[in-house]
Amino acid sequence: MKWSAVPYSAIRAMRRNTMRTILTTLGIIIGVAAVITMVGLGQGASAEVEEQVNRLGQNVVLVFPGERSLGGVSIGGGSANTLTVEDARALQEEIPEVIAASPEVRSQRVVVYGNQNWHTRIYGQSADYLQIRQWPIESGEMFTDEDVERASLVAVVGQTIVEELFEGADPIGETIRVRGLPLTIIGVLERKGMSLMGSVQDDIVIVPYTTAFQRISGRSHAMVINIQVYDQQSMEIAQQKITDLLRERHRLAPDQENDFTVQTQEEVAQAATETSRVMTWLLASIAGISLFVGGIGIMNVMLVSVTERTREVGLRLAVGAREPDVLLQFLIESIILCLLGGIGGILLGIFATEIIASYAGWPALFSTEAMVIAVTVSAAVGLFFGFYPAWKASRLDPIVALRRE
Amino acid sequence: MSVIELKNITRIYKTGSVSVDALKGIDLTIQEGEFVAIMGSSGSGKSTLMNIIGCLDRPTSGNYFLNGEDVATFTKDKLARLRNQTLGFVFQAFHLLPRTTALENVELPLLYREEELSWKEIHKRAREALDIVGLSDRVEHTPNELSGGQKQRVAVARALVTRPDVLLADEPTGNLDSRTSLDLIDMLQRLNREGLTILMVTHEPEIANFAERIITLRDGLIIKDRQSVQMQASEALKNWKDVDEIEYENSVSL
Repeated sequence: MKWSAVPYSAIRAMRRNTMRTILTTLGIIIGVAAVITMVGLGQGASAEVEEQVNRLGQNVVLVFPGERSLGGVSIGGGSANTLTVEDARALQEEIPEVIAASPEVRSQRVVVYGNQNWHTRIYGQSADYLQIRQWPIESGEMFTDEDVERASLVAVVGQTIVEELFEGADPIGETIRVRGLPLTIIGVLERKGMSLMGSVQDDIVIVPYTTAFQRISGRSHAMVINIQVYDQQSMEIAQQKITDLLRERHRLAPDQENDFTVQTQEEVAQAATETSRVMTWLLASIAGISLFVGGIGIMNVMLVSVTERTREVGLRLAVGAREPDVLLQFLIESIILCLLGGIGGILLGIFATEIIASYAGWPALFSTEAMVIAVTVSAAVGLFFGFYPAWKASRLDPIVALRRE
Repeated sequence: MSVIELKNITRIYKTGSVSVDALKGIDLTIQEGEFVAIMGSSGSGKSTLMNIIGCLDRPTSGNYFLNGEDVATFTKDKLARLRNQTLGFVFQAFHLLPRTTALENVELPLLYREEELSWKEIHKRAREALDIVGLSDRVEHTPNELSGGQKQRVAVARALVTRPDVLLADEPTGNLDSRTSLDLIDMLQRLNREGLTILMVTHEPEIANFAERIITLRDGLIIKDRQSVQMQASEALKNWKDVDEIEYENSVSL
């Protein structure tokens, strides 16, 4: 038979009932758009997580006080007072793989400049902290080891502070007050964006940890020790050495459990990546279900179409169409229907992803792979759900079909 | 040479436990170039006979030779090819595809040809067929832009486009008024004179009289098979008077 005539007659059959064609393909359009959007957003989110992991710094090990299991109940612990500044110093001095260690203490405080005030987090850190976090200074400079020793009243601030207290003006050399304590700003950090947990990392004031311990937080123990290890290969051995040294310093008997937790940045990131991966799968499954439902819609309409066009089928059989000809004609029609839906779905999906991504603040990634898969799947949906109606059409008895009114 | 030869054809329809003998043993031979009318009241089996001759249905028993070949041995695909190339169908209800131009309707059988034709050849043959039925000026019209007679002529063109050996017409004038019916019969007679074998089912005796052979069926059997003096539709058309003309004449004579 003349196959080049089939797509043409299929399109004419669809145009005969434009509204129904649009409504039918809508199911596929939404299904494909959902798949594209979910995959696009999921990949964007994963890329963002990866990017953030890199921004967290490389070869970073975190030591938390007390037992702290990720994903378990005790996450975010740190209430135990088991880590000291001396621990941090010892780690840096006694383990060759550790090139920097910064004891961290955080407090939530109101910062005042002139008649402006802003509630923010004050971090006590060592001079190495920015190096550990791979966080560049935009202007000014970081405080030095000397500042730490002398507990100088200096601070390095994030972009949010610049915007909220200084309305974008250069804050270097200005003095801000925390509970009456004057801090001179000596540096401004580059913008860092959202953290893995969704907090704004730029909303920060960093001061020497000595200053934080003595003048701001009133604590005497570190909440975290941030450690940078020499290179990737040394990570494992460094983790072991850190554990051994801390157990020794804390005088733990062999049968006693650790009173601290050592974690690498990768482990923290992995949890976040895992979460986003699970979410992507969940959303993609829902999208897949809607594609499936769209396919059932196609089958429904093709069945109606076969019933409506019984006489046409009868005539085609009478003028010499064979059963496979009729079968393929209806199959091709439903595949074309689904492919049109697939193309519409891609356009809608790109549109939706762009909008959602711009709100969510992470990049939208479109892989041609996802689109090829979506279109292939929609054609397969057409093939799968179009088969029964097409088969039914081809099995019509021409005599009965021609007589049907 | 006989185009169609039926030997003791029966057709029994079974619906559950009830069986109906639609044809009870038909013997019939139709020669090349004949113009045959099949008459009979409804239920006489004439449609069943037509379906069997048209290879749309198979007999329960008996032999059917088309061009000397036993159709019973044919596969479904071979039967489809026969319907496509050897036989041409014209139906009472026209059965044109809606919203499809006359040309495309006529092209339809050519699309199912076993040996594929080029589009150019398909268009050419379809135009020629429309030319034969006198609709060269209606090529791009869709069925709802055509009158009943024109629709049936498109259907005839569709049946002719594959150059079949036999034209099967099932009540071709059933949906047409008498004047249009005469036009159609006139056309069929012209085609017949050019050598086309025509088999026409009708229940109207006036229409059957335009055939050269009239077969009458009753209860699944042939009760009469006679050669008739063929009336010429062209003659009838010459003497045709419209209703208003007749009324006019009547009023004059009064």
